[in-house]
Amino acid sequence: MTLHDPVAGVAPADVETGDAVHPGPPVTVDRYTLGARINHWITAISLVLLALSGLALFTPSLFFLTGLFGGGQMTRILHPWIGVVLFCSFAILFVRFFKANLPAREDVTWVAHSADLLAGREEKMPEVGKYNAGQKGVFWAMSALILILIASGIVMWDQYFFDLTTIEQKRIAILVHSITAVVIICVWIVHVYAAIWVKGTIGAMTRGRVTGGWAWRHHRKWLRELVRRPGAPAE
Amino acid sequence: MFPPIPNPTLPPPEPKFGEKDIMRRSASNVTPPAERLTEVAKLIDVTKCIGCKACQAACLEWNNLTEEVGFNHGVYENPMDLTPDTFTLMRFTEWVNPETENLEWLIRKDGCMHCEDPGCLKACPSPGAIVQYSNGIVDFQHENCIGCGYCIKGCPFDIPRISKVDHTAYKCTLCSDRVAVGQGPACQKACPTQAIVFGTKDEMKDWADFRIKDLKSRGFENAGLYDPQGVGGTHVMYVLHHADKPSIYAGLPDNPRISPIVETWKGVTKYLGLAVMGFAAAAGALHYFVAGPNKVTEEDEENAEKLTEGKAPPPPADPTQSQGHAP
Repeated sequence: MTLHDPVAGVAPADVETGDAVHPGPPVTVDRYTLGARINHWITAISLVLLALSGLALFTPSLFFLTGLFGGGQMTRILHPWIGVVLFCSFAILFVRFFKANLPAREDVTWVAHSADLLAGREEKMPEVGKYNAGQKGVFWAMSALILILIASGIVMWDQYFFDLTTIEQKRIAILVHSITAVVIICVWIVHVYAAIWVKGTIGAMTRGRVTGGWAWRHHRKWLRELVRRPGAPAE
Repeated sequence: MFPPIPNPTLPPPEPKFGEKDIMRRSASNVTPPAERLTEVAKLIDVTKCIGCKACQAACLEWNNLTEEVGFNHGVYENPMDLTPDTFTLMRFTEWVNPETENLEWLIRKDGCMHCEDPGCLKACPSPGAIVQYSNGIVDFQHENCIGCGYCIKGCPFDIPRISKVDHTAYKCTLCSDRVAVGQGPACQKACPTQAIVFGTKDEMKDWADFRIKDLKSRGFENAGLYDPQGVGGTHVMYVLHHADKPSIYAGLPDNPRISPIVETWKGVTKYLGLAVMGFAAAAGALHYFVAGPNKVTEEDEENAEKLTEGKAPPPPADPTQSQGHAP
């Protein structure tokens, strides 16, 4: 078995804890542990609540959204605290996922062929590991944007941090916070759309599993790595 | 001269202005009233001020405010800054005039300027938390305030303060409740030297002209009116002996205007941001309709089965991927 596998015994960087393939038919592949899924959904719910409460304060036409949070005062109180929850939850998610999201050689080819992917010619895409370049982009964009949002958010959190900064710094922070929020909502739209468009994806974050065909089609390199792993089925 | 306005001898009259006279309302579109009320203004003649703080006391009293007992910091300011309970504050500056080498004691009554173009109102996200009446008074409506502090960022004069008690913003109301029944503001009424006068904006400008002429005749060449046009003029104006350098008066801004950062945030960012987010969502929907869902095929499942069974080798990789694919 080690004959064709130069890295036998050492898990490739993009194979995460709990990833495993179960031979079929039908073949199923474990993609996310229960912990990872809970971690993801806490982050996801926080992000949605932050977007709703943030948009309510961003533009008067969406101020009615404060009704979801118990009024304007409650929205003002809750938004930063939800931000703290998101930041902590995402920090854990970051530690979980960052290794598998490190750049790989095939990412360049993947990006070069991304138009083929959107046009439905996935056979032209390179084989990718657990995450393709697009998913990695979402991961690193979220990481950077959340850092900017928490930093600028603290500067705007007048109830506790008013005295730490000048009004001019607060003005800059509020502009940066709103622009960053727009960008992160767009990244979120890309993320959610990809999950809806690529059928069979959402199961990965709900039940933790994908089908063998899904792994073959979208993350073939990762599937090969799992199959090749010592102790993996049929090896 | 402007003698103190006497108390009315009759029962309180109907308010002279109210909801129907709202010219601007935060986070809302309002149709401005067809007819504008006569613009009012408070004129603070810094050159006549003796720093007695009667205005500060009158403000506390009329607005039923109690300031915390503070500390003596060895200076005349008390408290050291505006607070949610101190809507107006005497600020004292010891300034050495470089031309005369004279020490000048500059005393400025700080407080809301009631801008014609109010930055607080433009920054406010809560509908109706800040209103501007057509007579020029900018007023906070506490029942609508959410305590976010955006008004603080919008204000070019650093005036609003958020209360730690009810988490809403406070500032000078120009005694809108008094003005509504034909009275002058409490500070004006209390001023013993009539350094503070109140009336229509035109009257106040005329009075300021008279004062400035007088000051110029006494050698204050640069005496002038502070009615900054960067915020469209204000409904609280100053007569300054050194109108060429307002900032010597405890940091009165030389050219106040709504910060361009605030304008960007409340202007282009808001509209462009909504457009970009809408575009992203629309592009997703459009792509789905045009390209259709990305579905896993039977063949994919079969290939996965073959791979896991270690039987037939899976089909060779597509030639296009050889260029970047790791061996």
